[in-house]
Amino acid sequence: MGLSLGKGIRASVTDAMTSARDEPLLAVRDLRTHFSINAGLLRAVDGVTFDLHSGQTLGIVGESGSGKTVLSRSIMRLNLGNNVHTSGEARFAGRDLLGLPMSEMTDVWGQEIAMVFQDPMTSLNPVVKIGRQVTEHVRKHLGVSKKEARALAVQLLESVRIPEAEVTISAYPHELSGGMRQRVSIAIALACSPKLLFADEPTTALDVTVQHQILNLLGMQQRERDMAMVLVTHDLGVVAGRTDEIIVMYAGKIVEQARTDQIFQKTSHPYTEALLRSIPKTDQPSHTRLAAIAGRPPNLITMPTGCAFSPRCPYAQDRCFEEEPPLQTNQDGHATACWYQVGTAENKEAWDNNLASGRLSTMAVAKGQIVDEVPLDLTTGAS
Amino acid sequence: MAGGGKAHLRDPDDVLIRAEDLVVEFPISQGRVVNAVSGVSLDVKQGETLGLVGESGCGKSTTAKSLIQLPPPTSGTVSYLGTDLTSLENKELRKARTDLQMIFQDPISSLNPRRKIGDVVAEPLRVWGPHDREEQSSQVDAMLEAVGIDPAIARDKRPHEFSGGQCQRISIARALVLNPQVIICDEPVSALDVSVQAQILNMLEDLKADYGLTLVFIAHDLAVVKNISDRIAVMYLGKLCEVSESNVLYDAPAHPYTELLLGSSPVPDPTVNLDITLVEEEDLPSPIDPPSGCRFRTRCRYATDRCAQEEPVMREVSEDHHVACHHPLVSVPEMAEVSA
Repeated sequence: MGLSLGKGIRASVTDAMTSARDEPLLAVRDLRTHFSINAGLLRAVDGVTFDLHSGQTLGIVGESGSGKTVLSRSIMRLNLGNNVHTSGEARFAGRDLLGLPMSEMTDVWGQEIAMVFQDPMTSLNPVVKIGRQVTEHVRKHLGVSKKEARALAVQLLESVRIPEAEVTISAYPHELSGGMRQRVSIAIALACSPKLLFADEPTTALDVTVQHQILNLLGMQQRERDMAMVLVTHDLGVVAGRTDEIIVMYAGKIVEQARTDQIFQKTSHPYTEALLRSIPKTDQPSHTRLAAIAGRPPNLITMPTGCAFSPRCPYAQDRCFEEEPPLQTNQDGHATACWYQVGTAENKEAWDNNLASGRLSTMAVAKGQIVDEVPLDLTTGAS
Repeated sequence: MAGGGKAHLRDPDDVLIRAEDLVVEFPISQGRVVNAVSGVSLDVKQGETLGLVGESGCGKSTTAKSLIQLPPPTSGTVSYLGTDLTSLENKELRKARTDLQMIFQDPISSLNPRRKIGDVVAEPLRVWGPHDREEQSSQVDAMLEAVGIDPAIARDKRPHEFSGGQCQRISIARALVLNPQVIICDEPVSALDVSVQAQILNMLEDLKADYGLTLVFIAHDLAVVKNISDRIAVMYLGKLCEVSESNVLYDAPAHPYTELLLGSSPVPDPTVNLDITLVEEEDLPSPIDPPSGCRFRTRCRYATDRCAQEEPVMREVSEDHHVACHHPLVSVPEMAEVSA
């Protein structure tokens, strides 16, 4: 299943950009990351499969707790501890990263795959000057001298548009603004010219204007270096127009995966639709009622049977509570895990049924009510 | 302003809060001061939602906090229902503040982790009464219910047992329990997921209608501010740039800074053409040593010599739409330039 799905998507992305390169740069197959904790087994990532070709950008979108960060950290092998159980495969340039000994991973980090984290204050070392932090990778991996490293640091800081780079290399992180710190993190990530960059909510802690600058910078660097990028975010506005393909995650699983334009124009999963609807937009008049999603994401230890989104889904029918929908790919390479996909006649019927019976989650969307706890066992009729 | 002036203020008899020439300065080492707010004048009508927008460090939170004297402004006046809050004695001010409540950005850290939810929400009542315990708990229950939290379950739990969105609703219940007139919301949804953000925004609209509230809503996300506000004030480095009815501000921004903010706001639409070749290098200048003239000129692509020498004042560009700029993006009626 995993493999055939991968092929379907590959065909869709192939169009203009990747026709020449058949072998994906990163091929993730049925990746699972579970944590054993006191309360039980937490399934943070539960069977994720995707391909990423070089030079392409993949967006991973989901709410807090959907597993998007754990997924990227699993591929990077950054989840440490005896209670972490990772299975599946993450082939990067022909090698399975999950099977590599840690000593070999240190050569992959920075040199082949790099990461930009959410909070630039905590991801930089507060007591080490910027210049040394930027060149740490270069000195380790490429063995350049101190003098060469300094020149390279200035060059890197200039490439991420830091004004007065000569001065900045002797500054400490606290002397810089949040946006400048994030630029430094990007410079560090780019230092060894990686082939793949993970950007995990790189702009969530920043202002809109700075966010815009940082995203433009990432896009520009990616284009110049022909680097692949994974952009992890909770904001669909951030990934629109900046990614080739988008994965929407919910409760550790992929619920929808398609080319960026299809995600927005042919939204097929109710969760993606709900996310899109709940974003306030500047072209709507003031006081437009937002379509909130009822309830909260499920507990990843005691998952409901059936579809994980069913308790919150405005379209859920009896079947959704009993049987988990598989991720199915249509002829356009658009993959969705839903029995009543948005835009189909069945979906419309399900909505009308639920509205008629006054189902809580449906009413929350229709009227914008707050629905906090959605009973798990309720199907369409009751409540 | 990026400039000064009060042309945007309305008739004092029509407004609930009127702040004039607010200045907030924080002394730092070597006799220098941080000019957090430099002469901001604002007014809010009864039942209106005023949105305050700007980047981090532009003084939007400081302005809103100085309205409730937290801390009192260095100079300037805040009149609430005809009383000047800056001149009140501590005891009177405490009484006046029961009418003016606040909600903070981080919902989890704004609730005491060691106290039960029932006690957190009852705290204001224990200070101001009613002092009857039963009366208190029935008011607390009613308030929790109004924000969509089940009081029977929540009363004896502590904040860590709730999600961020629920904690924010509990903070809102605490703010509302004294039946205030005005709520100052300091980035109440910035730390929340979009789906939860939608719930909170909808709820604030409902509560505003049910309790006849007046809101001052601070945020850096323009789409959020537009959704909730009737009127929007754009701030930059301690000054006001533009004040307008909210739909007008988005349809026809007059200040170059508003244009920059609008252009940076992410749009959930892949067909919007993004020019990724442009990376602006300038950061917000330091409020310790702000630029002369118009404070936005260092980042403004329309700036001229005049902008460096002369500070623009607020002037009307159309009805209830005011801008402080020498080179506004919309045409200005000839006689509209009114100096403060």
